[in-house]
Amino acid sequence: MLSIKNLHASIEGKEILRGLSLEIGPGEVHAIMGPNGSGKSTLASVLAGREDYEVTDGTITLSKEGEAPIDLLSLAPEERSREGLFLAFQYPVEIPGVSNLNFLKAALAEQRKHRGLDPLTAREFLNLVNEKSRLVELDGQLANRAVNEGFSGGEKKRNEIFQMAMLEPRLAILDETDSGLDIDALRIVASGVNALRSKDRSFVVITHYQRLLEYIVPDFVHVLYKGRIVKSGGRELALELEAKGYDWIREENQPASV
Amino acid sequence: MAFDKNNILEEVTGKEYAFGFTTPIDTDKAPPGLNEDIIRLISAKKEEPAWLLEWRLEALRIWQNMQAPAWAHLQYREPDFQAISYYAAPKQKPALNSLDELDPELRRTMDKLGISLDEQKRLHGRAVDFVMDSVSVATSFKAKLAELGIIFCSMSEAIREHPALVRKYLGTVVPRTDNFYAALNSAVFTDGSFCYIPKGVKCPMELSTYFRINAGGTGQFERTLVVADEGSYVSYLEGCTAPQRDENQLHAAVVELVALDEAEIKYSTVQNWYPGDKDGKGGVFNFVTKRGLCAGYKSKISWTQVETGSAITWKYPSCILKGDYSTGEFYSVAVTNHMQQADTGTKMIHLGKHTTSTIISKGISSGRSQNSYRGLVQINRNAAHARNFSQCDSLLMTDRCGAHTFPYIEVKNTTSKVEHEATTSKIGEDQIFYCLQRGLDEEQAISLIVNGYAKEVLNKLPMEFAVEAQKLLAISLEGSVG
Repeated sequence: MLSIKNLHASIEGKEILRGLSLEIGPGEVHAIMGPNGSGKSTLASVLAGREDYEVTDGTITLSKEGEAPIDLLSLAPEERSREGLFLAFQYPVEIPGVSNLNFLKAALAEQRKHRGLDPLTAREFLNLVNEKSRLVELDGQLANRAVNEGFSGGEKKRNEIFQMAMLEPRLAILDETDSGLDIDALRIVASGVNALRSKDRSFVVITHYQRLLEYIVPDFVHVLYKGRIVKSGGRELALELEAKGYDWIREENQPASV
Repeated sequence: MAFDKNNILEEVTGKEYAFGFTTPIDTDKAPPGLNEDIIRLISAKKEEPAWLLEWRLEALRIWQNMQAPAWAHLQYREPDFQAISYYAAPKQKPALNSLDELDPELRRTMDKLGISLDEQKRLHGRAVDFVMDSVSVATSFKAKLAELGIIFCSMSEAIREHPALVRKYLGTVVPRTDNFYAALNSAVFTDGSFCYIPKGVKCPMELSTYFRINAGGTGQFERTLVVADEGSYVSYLEGCTAPQRDENQLHAAVVELVALDEAEIKYSTVQNWYPGDKDGKGGVFNFVTKRGLCAGYKSKISWTQVETGSAITWKYPSCILKGDYSTGEFYSVAVTNHMQQADTGTKMIHLGKHTTSTIISKGISSGRSQNSYRGLVQINRNAAHARNFSQCDSLLMTDRCGAHTFPYIEVKNTTSKVEHEATTSKIGEDQIFYCLQRGLDEEQAISLIVNGYAKEVLNKLPMEFAVEAQKLLAISLEGSVG
């Protein structure tokens, strides 16, 4: 599904990712954990194609059974999106005056156009909105509001998951979706994500805390440290990190050659 | 990264102004220059009554003793007023019995502009007056309006058919002495639109005037007068385009609105004069005086403008709130791109008691353009309990453009309340990236964000005009983030 090999990326000349490699199979959920400044959000931004970051080496390949693999780095951000890459933002952006539904309608029309489909009719679209907004308990609350404007922190994160549900990506990246959520909102967001898990949809869940992983149970957990995956394991790795913190990771990775 | 912004920029900045065609019609054009003889020629061509010729000649004398205003935040070379031809009319049969008799080239021009009059009649029920090079060439729906006693015709026709009305109101809101360009217009105006709504009549359709400069080396000086009698209502639309030319063309119009007791006038403009090329060559100089008089008790005048064109815009649609409980509104979106300069805003003059005014101004600057809001709120001594709310927002698209706000507030009555809010923001790269990440391309993203920003104003436009305006905003700003 997604294959990252030896990825190096920097911002303003400072190298953040230093040879990151990761393989994600279809339907798998991978959690990425790591201390502050290890490069977690940079990875999300580079995958989505944010211009501020310069990729200096490595490859990212998106593949789907029966289709030729796609060199993700050769695509513009909107093309990556249309190929089925979705980023749930850590800080969802407000767009004043633009109705949440019109925004999604335009986005969905682009996604469908890319797949050779006509835009949904107004009725089909609204039915879909009703169905999907229920997943994150946002039903009836979106019609007249501008994109994220005046939304509480929890509503913003729920809106991200709602958009994901509408756009049906094949790879979803959740960038610290749990940050700033109280326990109830966390549960709502997690159950929305779980409802969207399927055998052809993969997830990259970036988080600081084990807590989220109690609700979204990952298949794999990776520890990102100084721009590289330094440890991979199953769910138990997250529990170990929760119990012991990151110091032992730091010690294991003392700079022999960084 | 493979995403190449420069390609997009190049592609869209190369895009041509869509209305830059000229129509090969014979025109009857006066020699360049401005003097008494030219005024007499215009007046004679139009077979005007003696009082109007005198009125024009007096305006010329006033103008000759005036200076062009220099206070605006605009830099340009003053037009050579003696090099302009002050009269250019499409040559055609003098009297038309129906639209079918129009010059076919002229018909094609209208079609290109998307104002096929037949279609308009069938589909939109909007009455249109088409003014090309200063002369009104077609007015639709006249008979239907006449049944209600509504007069909607060209200014020339109004002068012939309804001289008493014209004489009663012409120059009462914008006197000839008002300013340099108003004086010039008073001397040389060749046509425009006239509208009178009788007592108690709600005009059932949008009235619309379409202005187009066609002939080279000419100026356009139209004069519009709208009078809403007691208890009446009218919504009036105005659209403008011009061909692409290397030289600057002058447009100096005057619009006067009069609302009597409990009357309401809603005046909407989508201005898309040729803005010049991306290096600032050519483009229309737009020096316009627009003013409404809320003469009566509880009268209301509302200006809505979407300004995207012109090399130079100098324009302050204003309201004089004379009647007690009268209301003035000004909603504006002004877009400047490349080398365009706009100095625009409004004046709200509160004279009557309990008068209220609202100003919502949204400036959008891109390229190397300069965009200024200039507004006056004046509460006079007798305007007890007057209220004003002003909001002036500026959105910057590049690092090289300028946004300026010049608010003037004069309050002489202590029972009044005046509020002013202003914001300046730069279009967010985060907002654009958010849109891109959802699959929209950059043009769509900018269009969405800008239209969202201007939504409060666009909402004030009549439905059909609002759609046009949204498209226009998107086109004007294509590839402009940097």
